[in-house]
Amino acid sequence: MSNGVFLPNRSAAAVIPKGYAPKPFALVRAVVFGGALIPAIALVVGFFTDDLTANPIEYITRQTGYWALTLLVLTLAVTPVRRLARWNEIIKLRRMLGLFAFFYATLHLLTWIVLDKFFDFAWMIEDVAERRFITIGMLTWVLLLPLAITSTKGMVRRLGRRWQTLHRLSYVAGVTGILHYWWLVKADLFYPQMLSAVLGVLFGVRVWWTWRTRMPSRS
Amino acid sequence: MLIKNAPDIRWSEITPRTVYLRRREFIQGAALAAAGVLAGPFSGQALGQTAGPGKLAKLANVQTSRFSSTTEKLNDYEDVTTYNNFYELGTEKDEPARNARSLQPRPWTIAVEGLVAKPGTYDIDTFIKPYALEERIYRMRCVEAWSMVIPWVGIPLADVIKRLEPTPAAKFIEFTTLYNPMQMPGQRRAVLRWPYVEGLRLDEAMHPLSILAVGLYGEVLPNQNGAPIRLVVPWKYGFKGIKSIVKIRFVDVQPRNTWQISAPREYGFYANVNPQVDHPRWSQRSERRLGEFRMRRTEMFNGYGDQVASLYAGLDLAKNF
Repeated sequence: MSNGVFLPNRSAAAVIPKGYAPKPFALVRAVVFGGALIPAIALVVGFFTDDLTANPIEYITRQTGYWALTLLVLTLAVTPVRRLARWNEIIKLRRMLGLFAFFYATLHLLTWIVLDKFFDFAWMIEDVAERRFITIGMLTWVLLLPLAITSTKGMVRRLGRRWQTLHRLSYVAGVTGILHYWWLVKADLFYPQMLSAVLGVLFGVRVWWTWRTRMPSRS
Repeated sequence: MLIKNAPDIRWSEITPRTVYLRRREFIQGAALAAAGVLAGPFSGQALGQTAGPGKLAKLANVQTSRFSSTTEKLNDYEDVTTYNNFYELGTEKDEPARNARSLQPRPWTIAVEGLVAKPGTYDIDTFIKPYALEERIYRMRCVEAWSMVIPWVGIPLADVIKRLEPTPAAKFIEFTTLYNPMQMPGQRRAVLRWPYVEGLRLDEAMHPLSILAVGLYGEVLPNQNGAPIRLVVPWKYGFKGIKSIVKIRFVDVQPRNTWQISAPREYGFYANVNPQVDHPRWSQRSERRLGEFRMRRTEMFNGYGDQVASLYAGLDLAKNF
């Protein structure tokens, strides 16, 4: 079990002794893991029962994209929730949620390459170059890639403080990912607006904390 | 003494001129049908009315039409009725089918207004009664780059217009969808400017391919497909096919259609299917026919070019997209 060692943060997680993981949290972890897999399982079941709407490729694209973004926002919510709820253990979910976000983002990209464009690279290059929602969607996946690669414990150790700086990119990916969604929608902006609102609050909370820490002491 | 001149023959008793003029077509159709019976086992698709699943009332006396394209494989009823863009019943593709019950297609009236000799409010059944129902199998190309083949049942829009007698000043026809957030839950949010409005140039509306559909697969039109009456213009993108029509207005200025109001750079008034003019956010060169894996090339005017291209002679279709 990992014990928050991947979080080079000044807060309490590091205080938890090595090798200690209370049973109830193992359950939380299992539930979250299973929950994050449900959309993928649903797509597989839907594929075999021919239940992916009249346009399966569009449906798979939308579902994987939606879950990639939702899980990315959830990943970014872990630290604020941890501090506000004083629930240190939740930090152990962060890497898993982040990797699930990357998992769905990769399925989303593969759906586009294999199912939608069927390896028509000329067409894909044109799309990336000319259609800004695709440009920024591709950028989002590229931003997530180094974060996934450096998510291992070994990498966290090796990168030290630079790891945290690098992983601030996840906020950039959140913004570009939501823009990708926003720009592709024809008229109904409800979901992109909701995701933006949540991301805005999460970012606002962090800015507020940073600002307070940097304020000169009033004593 | 007041003398009222009652007409000897009521309108409803007169065979419309267009129906009369199409008597040869009817005979041809009958001959083709007979040939179809003879060809029997050799013909890929039966002529005449396509059978539905029996979910809704079957429409009687549906005639065949030479304007049907019959060589292509139909999309099945399930696809046509569960994958819809009908934002008044929800913006997700499956929502119109799920919210369909809230729409009440009877009783229904259609208001006819504007530059027309016979304005008024017509009951839907009275409105469509004078015309013979025809099956029209058309390709439908959505602006989102997918397409279907659908066996509509409808009436030629030209016949309706002739009977309503627009004045010479009328240059355009404008249609309006029902506005009723109780029946149309999607209208409770301002996703688009409600009610939905669409329009055609009068000569486009008079084209024999333009129909008002009241059914599909030989049965009454399901709510999610725009019951009780909707426009079908097969050489234009699907969003021109306004659903659940309550008002028809004849006007002399080009109407502003809903999607054009929403995003004028992306959707125009004409909205002719055109593989050479991309939507700003996606290519229109190809499309995915639902049920097929690989995309296929999109054809100019959705493959109806030899019939409709002359309507646009001299018009810059890149500017008038």
